[in-house]
Amino acid sequence: MAVKSAYITRKLGKGEKGEKPNLTNSGFSTEEELHAYREMLLIRRFEEKAGQLYGMGFIGGFCHLYIGQEAVVVGMQMAQKEGDQVITSYRDHGHMLACGMDPKGVMAELTGRRGGLSKGKGGSMHMFSREKQFFGGHGIVGAQVPLGAGLAFANKYRGNDHVSVAYFGDGAANQGQVYETFNMASIWKLPCIFIIENNRYAMGTSASRSTANPEQLGARGAAFGIPFEQVDGMDVRAVKEAGERAVEHCRAGEGPYILEMMTYRYRGHSMSDPAKYRSKEEVQKMREEHDPIEQVKARILNGKLANEDELKKIDADIRTVVTEAAEFAQNDPEPDASELYTDIYVNA
Amino acid sequence: MPSILMPALSPTMEEGKLAKWLKNVGDMVKSGDVIAEIETDKATMEVEAVDEGPLSAILVPEGTENVKVNTPIAVIGEADAAPAPKAEAPRAERVEGPPEPAQEKKVAAPAVVATQSAPSPEVPEGTEMVSMTVREAIRSAMSEEMRRDPDVFLMGEEVGQYQGAYKISQGMLDEFGPKRVIDTPITEHGFTGLAVGAAFAGLKPIVEFMTFNFAMQAIDQIINSAAKTLYMSGGQMGCPIVFRGANGAAARVAAQHSQDYAAWYGAIPGLKVVMPYTAADAKGLMKAAIRDPNPVVFLENEILYGKSFEVPKLDDWIVPIGKARVARVGRHVTIVSFGIGMTYATAAADKLAAEGIEAELIDLRTIRPLDIPTVIESVKKTNRCVVVEEGYPQFSVTSELAAQIMTHAFDYLDAPVARVAGKDVPMPYAANLEKLALPNADEVVAAAKAVLYV
Repeated sequence: MAVKSAYITRKLGKGEKGEKPNLTNSGFSTEEELHAYREMLLIRRFEEKAGQLYGMGFIGGFCHLYIGQEAVVVGMQMAQKEGDQVITSYRDHGHMLACGMDPKGVMAELTGRRGGLSKGKGGSMHMFSREKQFFGGHGIVGAQVPLGAGLAFANKYRGNDHVSVAYFGDGAANQGQVYETFNMASIWKLPCIFIIENNRYAMGTSASRSTANPEQLGARGAAFGIPFEQVDGMDVRAVKEAGERAVEHCRAGEGPYILEMMTYRYRGHSMSDPAKYRSKEEVQKMREEHDPIEQVKARILNGKLANEDELKKIDADIRTVVTEAAEFAQNDPEPDASELYTDIYVNA
Repeated sequence: MPSILMPALSPTMEEGKLAKWLKNVGDMVKSGDVIAEIETDKATMEVEAVDEGPLSAILVPEGTENVKVNTPIAVIGEADAAPAPKAEAPRAERVEGPPEPAQEKKVAAPAVVATQSAPSPEVPEGTEMVSMTVREAIRSAMSEEMRRDPDVFLMGEEVGQYQGAYKISQGMLDEFGPKRVIDTPITEHGFTGLAVGAAFAGLKPIVEFMTFNFAMQAIDQIINSAAKTLYMSGGQMGCPIVFRGANGAAARVAAQHSQDYAAWYGAIPGLKVVMPYTAADAKGLMKAAIRDPNPVVFLENEILYGKSFEVPKLDDWIVPIGKARVARVGRHVTIVSFGIGMTYATAAADKLAAEGIEAELIDLRTIRPLDIPTVIESVKKTNRCVVVEEGYPQFSVTSELAAQIMTHAFDYLDAPVARVAGKDVPMPYAANLEKLALPNADEVVAAAKAVLYV
């Protein structure tokens, strides 16, 4: 479906937000359901392990977990093709795993070891993979947005049909450079998908306290003539479907596209956040009624796409991958002292 | 009756070409009529009449080049009335002329001062030298590199259709088209981030800041994104990009538009910082910067744009980043400077020469990496050193030089290193105060004499 209209003002309707999700009509093939389940579960288990290692002192500094938001990146990844670029903020472990980066390398970077994807020099917030077209991992809120548009610019400059997917949160949506970028992306018709991961809290400040018209952040794109949609970001099917529309729009040379993913993080902003700004009940309600993984699991079981034993096998496989990653990350040596002075310049 | 004077059409304009008269002698002129066209080094501008009356005399015929600002060019009104002498507007006469070879009449001591070191890098014998402005040098370097490598492109405010706010990119849109010469909206933060992203993807952007003052809006992307990502990615994510534009004080544009960022960017590992003085260095270093796989901050100077220097006529003139140039050989005192600071240093060396003091003049050319060995070698010979820059004195390039010289040549110094820098104040607007805020050749002379105890 080619999108030709100037705006797509799609806001979640009543049945799509706040109420219990529809668990009967899949919309996904069996293969897609199982793929989404596996990918999201890998992120969930990986992040749980990272939280544990942080508590044990293996991971230092800041560590921002993605638990609860898994459907966003997994659904988007299912809508993209190989060679499309991804860039995001510091809440980035899920994006790396979804891009196919080695869990061992990610975990070892979290522990600051030489086998980490940045040789231990980047840490949780700064990891990259040229091979997987993952461009970070950026610690300054909002900075990745113009960078992502720059990746899209390069695609257009080279005349290829790749798109760049730039993720940012509801907090970053108040940064001025985001709107500078919307403006340029629109006038230059850059193939860039802006994903607002609206998890409702910019660190500890709710959108309603920090953001004008917090009901629809994506609508800000209208001022720049950029189509936008608001999407149930807890439902991987909705994410993939909207993602496909966005990708098609960009590949067709129609310019940028905004998807506001309504999502939720279960954990605090970072490991040191007690999350006193919201009630336990609010978190509990999201977990019980909207968990992205439980939704897929229920559909798989209800639709008899797989049985309990088959899902348990997937769970066990993922636990093995995560355990191996954690063991590697704890036992891999720290970087050699000589690495202090490397990678500052590329040799001319 | 009022005479019409050659107008100053930009803060740094000193002269221009009277391109065309649009009125003839005898024509009635009304206030607001366009009477002439004037070409500056930046643009062609129309001159409007302010007074009314018959155009009674044209004093400067059309086609005349190098008409100084404030020269009477025409008279409106009765021809017999002599133009009333006008009080001359205060002008900051701070710009020293281009470096002249030491004139014999000034030189009391043997003419050692005229000894120029070999150009660096070496120019093959017999190479033709052409006179070129710094502006033309930067333009030709960018154009040559864009012809050579399709991944190189130029983006910035007014670089395309307007032909460059300072005419650096004049004609480039015509040659390379809008795909590669890209006019941006006035969004430094955004377009800098966008260009850095394009560089991560392997393109080689040249980002023009109209001036580096505006790059303050973008400094996060320059430092946090461009400079640090290679390290943070364990060597995966190179950022081949050039950030360039006018840096430092221009003339009479006051505090927000007059700041030297050499020390700011010079402090950042991951950046290379270049600040040429001559056109030959501007050209060769710009080509080197574009080819460099790292982010390079290329600091230009509006006042130097129009200055002419000899540039070797070679197909591929490259000046390596990180190498200082011994601009003049001397034995009594070393004077180290860079960028426009070289105008003060050069003028001071001429004045010192007239008194028999032979200064060795070092043009750093690159701020990061700093060519300390060349400086130390000279200081070991002269045992005295004056360091000169236009930027603020505290935490400056010259404070770094002083520290490095102390560390590496302490036992060779016969006097403490003397610093001459801009004053520790925001740049004032008033012409006299501006002049006081900037360094000058006499301060450099005084510093040289102080370290020589004469």
